[in-house]
Amino acid sequence: MTAGPYSAKVMEHFMNPRNVGEIDGADGVGEVGNPACGDMMRLYLRIEEGRVKDAKFRTFGCGAAIASSSMLTEMIKGKTVEEARAVTNLQVAEALDGLPAVKIHCSVMAEQAVKSALDDYAKKHPG
Amino acid sequence: MRKVYFDHNATTPVHPEVAAAVQPFLGGSFGNPSSIHWAGRDVRKAVEDAREEMAAFYGCRPLEVVLTSSGTEADNLALKGVAYLEGNAGKHIVTSQVEHPAIINTCRFLETQGFRVTYVPVNRQGIVDPESVREALAADTILVSIMAANNETGCLMPIGEIGEIAKGAGILVHTDAVQATGKIPLPWETLPVDLLTFSGHKINGLKGAGGLLVRKGLELSPVVHGGHQERGRRGGTENVVGIVGMGTAFSLLRKNMDAEVAQVRGLRDTFERALFDRIPDLVLNGHPTKRLPNTVNLSFRYVEGEALLLNLDMLGIACSSGSACTSGSMEASPILLAMGADPTDAQGALRFSLGLGNTEEDVSYSVDAVERVVAKLRAMSPLYHPREAM
Ligand SMILES: Cc1ncc(COP(=O)(O)O)c(C=O)c1O
Ligand code: FES
Repeated sequence: MTAGPYSAKVMEHFMNPRNVGEIDGADGVGEVGNPACGDMMRLYLRIEEGRVKDAKFRTFGCGAAIASSSMLTEMIKGKTVEEARAVTNLQVAEALDGLPAVKIHCSVMAEQAVKSALDDYAKKHPG
Repeated sequence: MRKVYFDHNATTPVHPEVAAAVQPFLGGSFGNPSSIHWAGRDVRKAVEDAREEMAAFYGCRPLEVVLTSSGTEADNLALKGVAYLEGNAGKHIVTSQVEHPAIINTCRFLETQGFRVTYVPVNRQGIVDPESVREALAADTILVSIMAANNETGCLMPIGEIGEIAKGAGILVHTDAVQATGKIPLPWETLPVDLLTFSGHKINGLKGAGGLLVRKGLELSPVVHGGHQERGRRGGTENVVGIVGMGTAFSLLRKNMDAEVAQVRGLRDTFERALFDRIPDLVLNGHPTKRLPNTVNLSFRYVEGEALLLNLDMLGIACSSGSACTSGSMEASPILLAMGADPTDAQGALRFSLGLGNTEEDVSYSVDAVERVVAKLRAMSPLYHPREAM
């Protein structure tokens, strides 16, 4: 089902977001805000043997922001830390079958959240 | 799936009697109302009958009704028509920060044409203080334009007091009554205003028809220059279908307004009370009582408006968020910000505007749906789940 400006894939992830919640004793937590609109995303990562074992999120934001958060968690699970860090917002948007031009910025929050969570992980696990 | 329409401030469904009344003008009655032959005569009569219905509703003279293509055009005519009146020396206009874009953007344009505009603020409840209008008046103020009721919050502005202040200073007064018409009394006879805007599609008429009441004797410069239609105040062959539909809508209002308002107010109050009973952390945007009987604007704290709107849409409920979602960055509503709302709360604002055709079932279904959707989005919200100290 499409609605307003969004693809069916966006609506599917928006209505049934994967991996909502938090991880107790997460190995990395990232929190980023979108200065353009005041929206916010928090990402929790469980990392084992250099790979993203689990990812959960909480997002305050528009449909595109929630769908991007959901898609991102699906994309990074199983990836190595390096691979996860390389995920870009455009890859997230592409995986969602595109976002309206005015909503591309919403996927940026997802990219930044991974980097922020991985920075947190690196700080907690030096070396 | 159940469909619930709670967006009557955006537009209203066409009343079946309106649809029936315009049928002849989609077929055999096609003449130009300006033609003197048989084809034009009946159509002219229909246009003038419609005008009389509008005049009867407000209690004005039919020749005080100038028909336009929309509320937007009527607002343009009021502002530019006064500003550009030949011989007019004044260069200052007073309006408010919470007017519809039809007023705000016309004022912004006039600012590029050598006019000065003062946008008076509103209080935390969304209402213009008449004293702030008084303070804004300058020696060369030519017009005060304050809406009768706000489209987003439903707030009722004290146009009586504001009008008295302006008239006392010899200044013309306009009010945008697009939302107020059909919902609160607007007696032209005693209302201290010279110009009043209305729109057909907000009162169960058709889209693309509106009008401006212009007090007898007041001259205006036309905005749409053309033929002699509307006594030279608005050129262009009339939108007969829209005008006839609007006439019928006004005649229905004259008969049914009190009963409809009571009914809609009852439903709105039930809806509002149930939401406050069942959902914590709700903020009412607007005045608790000085408000249109059909409108409630609420901030659901910790969640965002577009996400709410989309979820409710998926459940068949049509309402509106104030955010300018088409503008790219989902900026919070300028109207709520002008009221001093917390920007995050303003982002979670939804407007529910009820109207003809809504039922108690609509209300109970929607209360359940809103409660569920808010709970779902709060479960997802980092603001609702503050980060634990780490
Ligand atoms: C207060 C107000 N003024 C003007 C308008 C514009 O009316 P129209 O849609 O007929 O151009 C609207 C409609 O949204 C309104 O709410
Ligand atoms: S508008 Fe803020 S993230 Fe989409």
